Amino acid sequence: MESFDYSPYLREKKFPLIWCAGCGHGIVMKAILRAIDRVGWDRDDMVMVSGIGCSSRMPGYVDFNTLHTTHGRAIPFATGVKMANPDLHVIVITGDGDATAIGGNHYIHAARRNIDLTVVLLNNSIYGMTGGQVSPTTPKGKRASTAPFGNFEASFNISGLAEAAGASFVARGTAYGAVQLSKYIEKALLKKGLSVVEAISPCPTVFGRRNAMRSPVEMYEDIHENSVSVKKAGTMTADDLEDKIITGVLTDIEKPEYTTEYKKLIATLGGSS
Amino acid sequence: MPVTKRDDRVRVMTGNEACAEAALAAGLKFFAGYPITPSSEIAEELSTKLPASGGKFIQMEDEISAMGAIIGASLAGAKSMTATSGPGFSLKQENIGYACITEVPCVIVNVMRGGPSTGLPTMPAQSDVMQARWGTHGDHPIIVLCPQSVAETIDLTVRAFSLTEKFRIPVILLMDETVGHISEKIRLPKYEELEIYERHKPTVPPEEYLPYRHTDNDIPEMATFGSGYRFHVTGLCHDETGFPTNNPVEIEKQMLRLNRKLERYRDEIIEVETAGDEDAEIGVFAYGSTARSAKRAMLMAQEKGIKTCFLRPRTMWPFPDLEVRAMGEKVRSIIVPEMNLGQIAHEVEWAVAGQAEVIKVNKISGEPISPPEILAAIEKAVK
Ligand SMILES: Cc1ncc(C[n+]2csc(CCOP(=O)(O)OP(=O)(O)O)c2C)c(N)n1
Ligand code: SF4
Repeated sequence: MESFDYSPYLREKKFPLIWCAGCGHGIVMKAILRAIDRVGWDRDDMVMVSGIGCSSRMPGYVDFNTLHTTHGRAIPFATGVKMANPDLHVIVITGDGDATAIGGNHYIHAARRNIDLTVVLLNNSIYGMTGGQVSPTTPKGKRASTAPFGNFEASFNISGLAEAAGASFVARGTAYGAVQLSKYIEKALLKKGLSVVEAISPCPTVFGRRNAMRSPVEMYEDIHENSVSVKKAGTMTADDLEDKIITGVLTDIEKPEYTTEYKKLIATLGGSS
Repeated sequence: MPVTKRDDRVRVMTGNEACAEAALAAGLKFFAGYPITPSSEIAEELSTKLPASGGKFIQMEDEISAMGAIIGASLAGAKSMTATSGPGFSLKQENIGYACITEVPCVIVNVMRGGPSTGLPTMPAQSDVMQARWGTHGDHPIIVLCPQSVAETIDLTVRAFSLTEKFRIPVILLMDETVGHISEKIRLPKYEELEIYERHKPTVPPEEYLPYRHTDNDIPEMATFGSGYRFHVTGLCHDETGFPTNNPVEIEKQMLRLNRKLERYRDEIIEVETAGDEDAEIGVFAYGSTARSAKRAMLMAQEKGIKTCFLRPRTMWPFPDLEVRAMGEKVRSIIVPEMNLGQIAHEVEWAVAGQAEVIKVNKISGEPISPPEILAAIEKAVK
């Protein structure tokens, strides 16, 4: 892994990255690129689509067909790309705010349709790009620039949301466990259907700073200490699991995929695409 | 006289059906929409006909996503369209702006109903003419076509696809409820004879491709995702390479080119219909279904000996200012009937710049404006 050469996949001319030192987003990007490399897909056939946010800046740095859309709307744009040309491999990059606040509707409907997109959701529990406002995944009690007294809204389990809405593959990994994360992404890429990989990605700059985790190292240690594998989680009580990050493959099922079904419909009607 | 054969191109259809029919003829391959009166029949028609012709139809979860999906599909090479009405048109605006700045061809149909808000779902209005031009934020080019009948909906739908593919400017087909729902006998064009413009694709090797190149004609070549040209598309201000830039010189260069397309190709984009007396005293300027009442009113006025002329924009935006100005130089007064409180009358006033008096005839009750109402305004103006 040490010797992995990322350069064929990167637009190095676009460096330096906008991400802060210690941000998890770069680690997640590398995990994605290693997964794509293992799968062996041609860069010409890859489309990376994102919304708006720090996480959503990723497509600018990778050498695929890349589409940086509007806030929350990456999944709809990706749906159009995939339907127009189902041979393309479409990855959606989105943040917790992007996917589950403004884009929450699209997130659940893509899962319901089970359209073949790989959604990598970089969850840092905060709105990074706009300076640290509270997000739907900010844990209760944590501070944000718009939750100065601590967040008192309940937070979303966004993997659970995708599972409940019908996604055929859902996994959760972390920027601390990048090797595992990359494996989940690889599985997600290969899955025919809507797959979600929730990547816990720390934001030291606007989340850590406000929540008594001053250094990135502290944040990564925190993720490590709180991570529990799905297997182990099965043996623990709900109380014990409060505040824990359950990692692993959470759902992996076979079900009809949207563009495949649509192709069949066209064939039945005698149309040709 | 030869015996007339039964004409198999004659049909009775509504404007909405005509729109779906013509879009397919123009090569539509992808439609995404969300149900809303009075536009839903367009989606319904296409949900059957698109898959049967190898295209794709999807009903999205809202209008925002439908607009996003057609932009994505267009980038992947499919001629794309969505259709909606007032409230849905409002929701689409942010992504319409995205299509403008990224220069992604697409057609947006808005069958106008009364507003604001839920307004008058089943009654006609023309209250989105300004929103069609300026609904999304920022300076941007947009083309808006305005059919008055079922037959013209066929022509202008086909034209919408040609214009959007040629100039890489989103085109809005601005129908009104009357045009969308009226049933008329029409004669379908010979589709094989239609002039259909396809987008201009790059021919340079991929490593030399600049997706937002400053070309001589101001229209950069557009590659398709998956065709070997890997490029970046963003709604941020970008330079020739397509990547975001904060360089004021580059920003201005791109934004001026983007907006210049409208001025530069104005004469090709703008189409108007003119009729009536050369030496007219009174002019009538009207669009969409209201123009049919207006033309009738002109004929009634002429019967009464009032010299009258008529101007109707088939292209609403860019606004036919020169054509309106020419009318203003000729006539004493211009009557502008419209089913809103005078949105386009202001534009007419600006174009004639005081050369003629502009008289508004407005209705926002959900009822069409009748010929006698317009005639009354003409008669009052000559007194
Ligand atoms: C329609 C719209 N509303 C608001 C914004 C401002 N905005 C930009 S990024 C962002 C939040 C991003 O947060 P998240 O998706 O969690 O990504 P992160 O930056 O944390 O990676 C917001 C609210 C916008 N760009 N567009
Ligand atoms: S603000 Fe947070 S999310 Fe954004 S780049 Fe910096 S560390 Fe990453």
